[in-house]
Amino acid sequence: MSVDVQLRFDSEAITQYSKANQEPAWFLEKRLAGLKAAGELALPALEKTKIDKWNTVDFDPFQTTAKVAAANELSDLVKAQIDVDSVKNLLVQKNASTVFQAVSDELKAQGVIFTTFADALQSHGDLVQKYLLNVIALDEHKLTALHTAVVNGGVFLYVPKNVEVDVPLQAVYEIAGDNALLAPHVLIVAEANSKVTYVDTYVSGEGKSMVANSLVEVYVGAGASVQVASVRSLSVDVHDYSFRRATVERDGKMEWILGEMNDGNTVANNTTILKGTASIAETKSISVGTGSQRQNLTSQVQHIGTHTESDMVSKAVMTDEAVSILNGITKIEKGAEKANGVQAENILMLSDKSRGDANPILLIDEDDVKAGHAASVGRFSEESIFYLMSRGISRQGAERLIILGFLEPVVAEIPVEEVKNRLRQALERKLG
Amino acid sequence: MTAVPHLQIKNLRAKIEDKEILKGLNLEIKGGEVHAIMGPNGTGKSTLASTLMGHPKYEVTDGEVLINDEDLLEMAVDERARAGLFLAMQYPSEISGVTNSDFLRSAINARRGEGNEISLMKFIREMDKKMNTLEMDESFSHRYLNEGFSGGEKKRNEILQMMLLEPSICILDEIDSGLDIDALKIVAAGVNEMRSADRGFLIITHYQRLLNYVKPDFVHVMMQGRIVKSGGPELAERLEAEGYDWIKEELGIEDETVNANV
Repeated sequence: MSVDVQLRFDSEAITQYSKANQEPAWFLEKRLAGLKAAGELALPALEKTKIDKWNTVDFDPFQTTAKVAAANELSDLVKAQIDVDSVKNLLVQKNASTVFQAVSDELKAQGVIFTTFADALQSHGDLVQKYLLNVIALDEHKLTALHTAVVNGGVFLYVPKNVEVDVPLQAVYEIAGDNALLAPHVLIVAEANSKVTYVDTYVSGEGKSMVANSLVEVYVGAGASVQVASVRSLSVDVHDYSFRRATVERDGKMEWILGEMNDGNTVANNTTILKGTASIAETKSISVGTGSQRQNLTSQVQHIGTHTESDMVSKAVMTDEAVSILNGITKIEKGAEKANGVQAENILMLSDKSRGDANPILLIDEDDVKAGHAASVGRFSEESIFYLMSRGISRQGAERLIILGFLEPVVAEIPVEEVKNRLRQALERKLG
Repeated sequence: MTAVPHLQIKNLRAKIEDKEILKGLNLEIKGGEVHAIMGPNGTGKSTLASTLMGHPKYEVTDGEVLINDEDLLEMAVDERARAGLFLAMQYPSEISGVTNSDFLRSAINARRGEGNEISLMKFIREMDKKMNTLEMDESFSHRYLNEGFSGGEKKRNEILQMMLLEPSICILDEIDSGLDIDALKIVAAGVNEMRSADRGFLIITHYQRLLNYVKPDFVHVMMQGRIVKSGGPELAERLEAEGYDWIKEELGIEDETVNANV
């Protein structure tokens, strides 16, 4: 740890929390290894964004909240994210506590495990140990190490071979209170030829100086198909770091749909590793930069298998004095013959003081491939505004239509109607 | 609509950058009337349409335009539309991600005002009906506004908007260009269905063709940025048969475009 920051936690506190949750010994070892590594490792190097002054370590990691008995007793903030009456499979976490958990009998009958991270460590320890921190290593940089040390919740989702889950599984993460930490670990394992959709939303309540540090690891088996959608609406008082990564086996498909609607500083990286032949990655993300927030958003695909395909689309709307760096990285390794990777970053600028950088990066070590990128940074077309206004729509209304239209191709893909509506609401809030 | 719609254009002058294009144009359109403006290329016809609607590229330097006795030129573009003006454009914009039906409903509601929004059912009924008239496929309502539409589809979509918005003064800027004869007939049928004492039309066209299907009451010829000759439908027929040279000769005009020094 840097010398000038007095940590609010130590190995003692971590050990206590681990014991209180009856975690297996091997996981406590990981935590302590993470704490040690966090003191030694540097922050991740980010394109055009310095985060060394951001809050990464100043938090009380294990703030707890009582469980509620029924979904309708959840906080209004959380209830606004879900359809209380119809949701069957839902996990709700606030700070370091699971506050609600519901899993349908149908899901259990299919052999699907959808449970909290803490419960998974206890009840499915061997299975978790096999996959945990395999896709993302704990010692990649200071933030992954810190996460491992203080992880305080999350989800374990396991789908057996040939099982198709036809309803989206949902999680809501809430952070609130001064110096709170939200550090969920989401581990998704989809065995061969299975199919699943996981959707989460991140929200925040009152509080100062809060930190979210989350990892998402997805293992997509041969012929399996996994869709992960995430909408983050954290306040200006939360610094949010999220690293999401999937590894995909032969003929598997990974799809990310991401709505980065935070008001505060954000680092997000989602990466798909296409290991197996003919595996597929699709990433769609939208972000809106408002106020004086800083965002560094990276979408990345690594092609290893032959005939692998990837498609990444990132769209950002920038206003006020916000700064966003949008990185798209397509990496095609030697031997990934017939790979095809395309990416596009489009930024719509609404103010003179905001800044949006689109950085398409193609790294290609194989000759027999296709790859393409398109990047654009632009303003409203006055011609389009004129057209809409000529039908009686106010200038403000015309701008809104154009902004929402610009983002719609991603919004339309969100698999759960309520989450889609939440995203639209978040857009209204940010751009209202 | 209580009073008969009335558009008065008096000595209108407008420029783009430093180039004057409209050079003192006078015209009056009342409800129930169909006016056609004809003229060769480069005489300022489309500029007139865009200037009336308030396109930011054009600057009015002199003159006056009143819509129902209110100063049109003082109004923002959307206010002009809400005051009853409609322009069917030659090159409508493509707006990605906004469906035709969402856009149309926003436009109708902007016109009706807050608290008086059209019900979804009524809107769908109205739109279906008008789309039938224009022989537009149902899928058009879900497609993004003008995106990937053919030239003819865009023109039909302009007329669809006009039919749903029910403006009192309609300007059609070369709505016939790029239309085959069948599409032209459909578009003309849409316009004819709209003709009424509550509505005036200004049809800008190169050709007599459209006027075979939408009979004008008045025909005006534009040259050098103003109206140089006016008459009845017979004027359009003569122009079709003989071209514009006889007018130029009659008026002693050599260069009919706005580039001419006059």
